[in-house]
Amino acid sequence: MSISKLVAGLTLGTALTIAAQAHAQSADPIQIAGSSTVLPYAQIVAENFHEASPDFPTPVVESGGSSAGLKQFCQGVGPDQIDIANASRPIKESEVETCKKNGVTDIQEVKFGYDGIVFATDAGGPDFKLTPAIVFKALGAKSVVDGKVVDNPAKTWADVDASLPAWNIAAYIPGEKHGTREVFAEKLLAAGCEETGAKEAFAKSGMDEKAAAAQCMQVRKDGAAAEIDGDYTETLARIDANKQGVGVFGLAFYEQNQDKLKVATINDVVPSVETISSGKYPVSRPLFFYVKKAHVGVVPGLSEYVDFFLSEQMIGNDGPLAEYGLVPAPDAEREEFRQAFSAGKTM
Amino acid sequence: MTDLAVSEARAAHPAASERRDIGIKRRYAAERRFKLYGIVAIAIGLIFLVALLWSVFSKGYTAFFQTEIRVPITFDQSIVDPKNSGGKDTKALSMANYPRLVQNGIVALLGIDPSDRTAVRAANALVSQSVRGQLRDIVLGDITTIGKTQEVWLYAASEVDSAEKGQYDLSVEESRRPLKDQQLQWLQQLRDDDRLQQRFNWGFFTFGGSSRAETAGVGVAIVGSIYMMVIVLVLSLPIGVAASIYLEEFAPKNRLTDFIEVNINNLAAVPSIVYGLLGLAVFVNGFGLPRSAAVVGGLVLTLMTLPTIIIATRAALKAVPPSIRAAALGLGASKTQMVFHHVLPLAMPGILTGTIIGLAHALGETAPLLLIGMVAFVADYPSSPMAPSTALPVQIYMWANEAERAFVERTSGAIIVLLAFLALMNITAIILRRRFERRW
Repeated sequence: MSISKLVAGLTLGTALTIAAQAHAQSADPIQIAGSSTVLPYAQIVAENFHEASPDFPTPVVESGGSSAGLKQFCQGVGPDQIDIANASRPIKESEVETCKKNGVTDIQEVKFGYDGIVFATDAGGPDFKLTPAIVFKALGAKSVVDGKVVDNPAKTWADVDASLPAWNIAAYIPGEKHGTREVFAEKLLAAGCEETGAKEAFAKSGMDEKAAAAQCMQVRKDGAAAEIDGDYTETLARIDANKQGVGVFGLAFYEQNQDKLKVATINDVVPSVETISSGKYPVSRPLFFYVKKAHVGVVPGLSEYVDFFLSEQMIGNDGPLAEYGLVPAPDAEREEFRQAFSAGKTM
Repeated sequence: MTDLAVSEARAAHPAASERRDIGIKRRYAAERRFKLYGIVAIAIGLIFLVALLWSVFSKGYTAFFQTEIRVPITFDQSIVDPKNSGGKDTKALSMANYPRLVQNGIVALLGIDPSDRTAVRAANALVSQSVRGQLRDIVLGDITTIGKTQEVWLYAASEVDSAEKGQYDLSVEESRRPLKDQQLQWLQQLRDDDRLQQRFNWGFFTFGGSSRAETAGVGVAIVGSIYMMVIVLVLSLPIGVAASIYLEEFAPKNRLTDFIEVNINNLAAVPSIVYGLLGLAVFVNGFGLPRSAAVVGGLVLTLMTLPTIIIATRAALKAVPPSIRAAALGLGASKTQMVFHHVLPLAMPGILTGTIIGLAHALGETAPLLLIGMVAFVADYPSSPMAPSTALPVQIYMWANEAERAFVERTSGAIIVLLAFLALMNITAIILRRRFERRW
């Protein structure tokens, strides 16, 4: 009996404290959701934003992926809806339509920098010199042998190019749900397909233009290319386990783990913040976030947050984002980003 | 004569005695085999447990220590209080350029030429960028520090911390490691002066989420988890107990109650992500409760825990012998009196054990929280269950995806904290059961 009284007392007490505290609600922070690639940058900005202007609470940044973030973003306007969606790819036409249907009519697109995509092997490995053509020949689903379209026969990297080691091909590439995958397919596979003339051969073998282009972006399914649906930490673990594996990473992730990874060159260019911002390194993509214009001026600190994000002290050449691995846009372009937001341009 | 009788008997039934011998042997062998299977099963389980604990503890114990650097800081008035307000202008004091004080301090300490910008920047990179808050608290705590010099233990940058703990391979060529030769030399100098130490990391328990590993902690996550556990307890215990008392003691046994029972057992096995979807649709989009708030998390976890508690409570009520009920009713107690005066107190240890196990299960859940927005970077303490917060398992998940090396140990450190909470809850359950359980 004493136990039941104790439990009853505890329950009542805690219920009262909760009810009392629920009244003292503080100002709502900015709610952000979306891409896991943009997440670390958004975290850095959110933290610095609160330090620089302590009157605003630290924005809350959810993780979950570009598509999930944009889906939430398009659910509607109101205090319980998120204010910003981070994305590692531009918003799709269909998503804008969904947004419009739910009353999110004015969307401001903000581009804030670039992200490089790199190939890396275990730190003890030999030099890897890749080109889009090599990547396509090693990882494409089909290739062309003596004018005939066959399943990719390459077993080792040396089969593809004599300069590469005779390792069995084992590549860890991002899964379909990642924004990175699209860039990988377009900038490397499609480019390599064109370069090697495989696309023409595909077209000759009876595929129409569209089918041939789609075929170019197909990755082989025989186990040589493993799709990683998790994060780069998983890719790194795979390379730790298989020292002859090749992984695809974001530049920022590689820079944080340089002692464990060795980066491959593409077209003889070493990926770095400099080579990517100058455009010499071919595989990069812009990073975005989308702002609900209806929330600007209503949610406290929202426009200040965006201004702070786009300020030189954040996305500039010496800012903390560049230090983490963001590739800053050229000076003039950064100015454009700021102009576009303050002009209130919507999509 | 008797001997003869026995041997005759044996001769008459030779098969019977032989068969009995074989049977005993076989059954003993079967028993030994079964024991062996049991031991092997437990051994496999233990090996995996040891492997899990080893991997977590060997990686995670370092998270409870943090490398700190002792730097003499001169609280220069021209920097801290440029308007010379005598410490009255707290706003100016809190916005002062504290990183500059640290830079001055460390440059003087290492004897670097202040005009050598690369060296200054490299030296500055040894200490955490979070010093602002630390120095601000010192100044605001005691205004008289302005103008004085004080030795302050500052957090080292996460790269320094990881290197000190041997998590970076420092033998690789200079360009590929985060710390350069010059910086390592400075660190050696600091170590020789006894200015570089690994100290107990209280911040790990008090800080919230942070992009800087050295100031990232599980504080906010613990508070969020506690909010949710309290909500789960307050809601699911009364509802669950009431439901099971009704079903067990009062409800007629018919098709409808059978149907309800099947559904409760079914719900106990539904994947937790389904509850997350329900929570998003009903609580966030339907009732308009805030996203990322502990209250929604608590409600979702309540739904998830209810079936477990109902099943445990019904089992506990069933275990109370019918004689107790018959005696109470026989002495003239009403059915309600019988239940609340006699049956429920006797079933309480079982109910509490079931509840705590249900809570421990809820404490470790991440999947239902994903959809209601609690898998998030939250740096500020939630002032109420309505404010955005996160939870311990979520913090583990978020850190596991971080790129920086220093987050690896923090991930394991957070797992240790979570395991400690779970062990605490389960031990409480065992103690309660041992103490109050009655056997018949």
